[in-house]
Amino acid sequence: MTIMSVVLITIVTLAGLGAIAAVILYLASKKFQVFEDPRIDQVEEILPATNCGGCGFPGCRAFAEALVKSDDISSMNCPVGGADTMNKVAEMLGKEAGSATPMVAVVRCNGTCEHRPKLNEYQGATSCAVAASLYGGESGCSYGCLGLGDCVAACKFDAMYMDEATGLPVIIEDNCVACGACVTACPKSIIELRKKGPKGRRIFVSCINKDKGAAAKKSCAVACIGCSKCQKVCEFDAITIENNLAYIDYDKCKLCRKCPEVCPTNAIHEINFPPRKPKVEKEEPAKAPVE
Amino acid sequence: MNRLIVSPSPHVHSGDSVKKNMYGVIIALLPALAASLWFFGLGALIVTLTSVVACVLFEFLIQKYILKQPASIGDGSAAVTGLLLAFNLPTNIPLGIILIGSAVAIGIGKMSFGGLGQNPFNPALVGRVFLLISFPVQMTSWPLPLASRASYLDATTGATPLSVMKEGLATGRPFSEVMGDVPSYLDLFLGVMGGSAGEIAGVALVIGLIYMLWTKIITWHIPVAVVGAVAAFTGVLHLIDPAAYASPLFHVLTGGVLLGAIFMATDYSSSPMSVKGMLVYGVGIGVITVLIRTYGSYPEGISFAILIMNMFTPLIDKYIKPKRFGEVIKSKA
Amino acid sequence: MLKTFSLGGIHPAENKLSAGSPVEVLPIPAVVSVPVSQHIGAPGEPVVKKGDAVKVGQLIAKTTGFVSSNIHSPVSGIVDKVDEILDASGYKRKAIIIKTDGDVWDEHIDLSPELKRDITLSAEEIVKRIGEAGIVGLGGATFPAQVKLSPPPGKVCEVLIINGVECEPYLTSDHRLMLEKGEAMLVGVQILMKALNVNKAIIGIENNKKDAIAHIEKLAAGFTGITVQPLKVQYPQGGEKQLIDACINRQVPSGKLPIEVGAVVHNVGTAYAVYEAVQKNKPLVERIVTLTGLSVKKPGNYLVRIGTPISAIIEAAGGLPEDTGKIVGGGPMMGKALTSIEVPVTKGTSGILILPKKIASRGIVENCIRCSKCVSVCAMGLSPYLLMTLAEKAIWDMAEEEKIMDCIECGSCSYTCPSSRPLLDYIRLGKGKVGQIMRSRTK
Repeated sequence: MTIMSVVLITIVTLAGLGAIAAVILYLASKKFQVFEDPRIDQVEEILPATNCGGCGFPGCRAFAEALVKSDDISSMNCPVGGADTMNKVAEMLGKEAGSATPMVAVVRCNGTCEHRPKLNEYQGATSCAVAASLYGGESGCSYGCLGLGDCVAACKFDAMYMDEATGLPVIIEDNCVACGACVTACPKSIIELRKKGPKGRRIFVSCINKDKGAAAKKSCAVACIGCSKCQKVCEFDAITIENNLAYIDYDKCKLCRKCPEVCPTNAIHEINFPPRKPKVEKEEPAKAPVE
Repeated sequence: MNRLIVSPSPHVHSGDSVKKNMYGVIIALLPALAASLWFFGLGALIVTLTSVVACVLFEFLIQKYILKQPASIGDGSAAVTGLLLAFNLPTNIPLGIILIGSAVAIGIGKMSFGGLGQNPFNPALVGRVFLLISFPVQMTSWPLPLASRASYLDATTGATPLSVMKEGLATGRPFSEVMGDVPSYLDLFLGVMGGSAGEIAGVALVIGLIYMLWTKIITWHIPVAVVGAVAAFTGVLHLIDPAAYASPLFHVLTGGVLLGAIFMATDYSSSPMSVKGMLVYGVGIGVITVLIRTYGSYPEGISFAILIMNMFTPLIDKYIKPKRFGEVIKSKA
Repeated sequence: MLKTFSLGGIHPAENKLSAGSPVEVLPIPAVVSVPVSQHIGAPGEPVVKKGDAVKVGQLIAKTTGFVSSNIHSPVSGIVDKVDEILDASGYKRKAIIIKTDGDVWDEHIDLSPELKRDITLSAEEIVKRIGEAGIVGLGGATFPAQVKLSPPPGKVCEVLIINGVECEPYLTSDHRLMLEKGEAMLVGVQILMKALNVNKAIIGIENNKKDAIAHIEKLAAGFTGITVQPLKVQYPQGGEKQLIDACINRQVPSGKLPIEVGAVVHNVGTAYAVYEAVQKNKPLVERIVTLTGLSVKKPGNYLVRIGTPISAIIEAAGGLPEDTGKIVGGGPMMGKALTSIEVPVTKGTSGILILPKKIASRGIVENCIRCSKCVSVCAMGLSPYLLMTLAEKAIWDMAEEEKIMDCIECGSCSYTCPSSRPLLDYIRLGKGKVGQIMRSRTK
């Protein structure tokens, strides 16, 4: 009997407590309810959940909110998910997705230890930001890569590593989602997001040295010296020269491969092209380097 | 000309290093080690050697095979942990238990949190408390000092002053009679009492403290706060009822208060950074120690007290900041 | 017990090797390169062009703002070019390069050696003259001097504090100046007192310069209102806030200027330059530079024209030692490491320190062991270990809360750290970022 009553009391008390708590919770949830568009959750489901910030918003959730709120989402893009993701989102929301071109990060410095001799030895904190706020860098070029790897540390996609031999960062194209974290991390603004190009083919000036030609050449053998040869050979008006430095507009560039040929310092790089056919008709087939 | 070195300022360094600090602690522990060898002889030697070698070895193995890091045993911090662990063990404890304690101290107490400087708890105490709970019998049978210097496992055991007091009071004997069984204050200060390997000789521990203060390895704040709080708290109790509570001097000189205050609580990584924080932390340790000793079931509580206050260190660091320059505008001109 | 500041501080090896070497006049170099930015604030605007003939003391770049400074030709000759040269920062900055030709001084400058004690100019005229003469803080901070002499409205200066501390190890230029030009320096102090309308000046000198303390005390007896305050040797006592605390026991609140507690601080070198500018009409075209280092053959103090390449001073001191690892412009605690010996001397170059490779190399960075030594030496009562982590992880809002902007970059934390952690490197980076954020907020 007593056992029964104990059990009974227990059940009644707990049930009562539960009921009271349920009522409080119900009232609280009514009172403090915040309306949230259910589509935000659905959009977030589609997004890759990398929270890389490549879209320009602080995380996928914020991007999902923005996608649901704005009427026109054609200018918004998720660099990680690419066109697939954006099309899915657009379909779900009944909006028009833009046609974002796939981009990729490129390192615009080719100042390897060989090309750009070190003149001093940096011993401060292993951070490009610290070194850049201190001085111009170990070589004579105050624009070039410091080689301390802030970009590699910023990359969340394992798409970068430091090449021990050259002292420069390397981008693993297949992993790069063009989120732009490395671009922001680089205190020298060496890394740029450029159009990935058809079959990954692209041409760019791998130098940002704004010194006068002679000074640039002195500090680095592969510096752009602003000679404007590339500009002259370009038929599409894609190359501009400013502050002794050439820049190729990737929207105008037709990948004709003329500029890399004329560059006297090999500062213009062409990526993922088939090897050139040996030129037989040219005057000096194997020009020996001038001593 | 060589390539010039470029770095941000400052361009000179004090020459201080982790190694210097750790070896400094080892030197400061030597007087206590000597006392331990004098009082407990063979047992102290075996326990200390085993513990130090085991700690260094475990750190090396973990770094080499699990973490795949370069070994850092050369910096002396594993040896310090080993020494401190040994100092907290009875000198007749079986080797297997020491090995388990060392493994726990280094493996769980230190390396699992990321190694040097990252451990939230004093590693040696983690090992000690683990053993105290797992092997209560072996951990609470202490050899008598001087009596069995040539023996190890078979040493003649006896009680520590604190357990004499605790058990005496529990059996309901009058307090004055119980206190008649403990050694004199001079004996307590010199270390002629039962206890763990390194905690008995107050005089040797104080010599170590003076050395560490002189070489600026630690500041006075934590040891003074711990000892001060123990003395003040027990002093108040003693004044209220001298017939039921032992004197402050008895409490300071017995058990692990001095070892704890000087060497365990001052562990860099598990103690607060600001002077005010250190004082709060030290006082906390002192108060908890006395609470456990007086009202708890264990005769000694400094290990628990230190571990408990270790937990508060992040909180103390968050809320107790160093005194900032210009915070209070003085106007005495 | 001697007075000192109340929080933190360190005492590095003093190594005042050149304390006993009288100031030598360095020969005028064949070419000088005068950067147009030698001070804190806006760079000067060049007013000469290629081919212009200039005399010593002639204006060659004029001030471009409230916090900016005039620059005068340190030599007479022909302007070779106005071009970008590598300056102490390792970046290229604009400079005026002049080829020397004789040593003809501007005719308005009084070159007579007599001491001129009577101050004839009014306070306003003094401030104007100091601004025109391009005088900046010569202790190394290079803050334009006239700005500090114009207290903001509503603020009253009660006491002038003169910094003769020279707390940086190795450096001795201020020490020698006090010994050799003490009286003129004191006239400069009187001029500054008149400009600020105060009747009290305290000269703080650290106790490792007992001869200077005795000498200045003796001379100061002949001036009204100037007293000497001997101070315990403790770095960074030369910091403005620390010196005020040490001399008059007042602490400048966080984010405020010394005038908040009624004090203005000037360096002894600045006081001497003020004397020359006001009494002799001589702009800032030369300064005393200590060339020192443990392996240097002849450590000494040299009177050098601005724009002289430091290689010329190194030559005078017996050449670059074999074991050179690092060349520092300034003292070992706060100076800048130079990338080349062709860098010119500027107004802020108090010394050139040549460190052997063994001393110059930084230790291997280890884990923070939380020893709290950085906290205990911080003269501003900050938590350097925490600030470094916040700056490393780019948590700027917390860094601001932890008063990262209060840091005076004295380097005591990095100096002390047993793990050789680059505490100040990151804190300095954090200061830059947090400062930017704070400025953008007020806009």
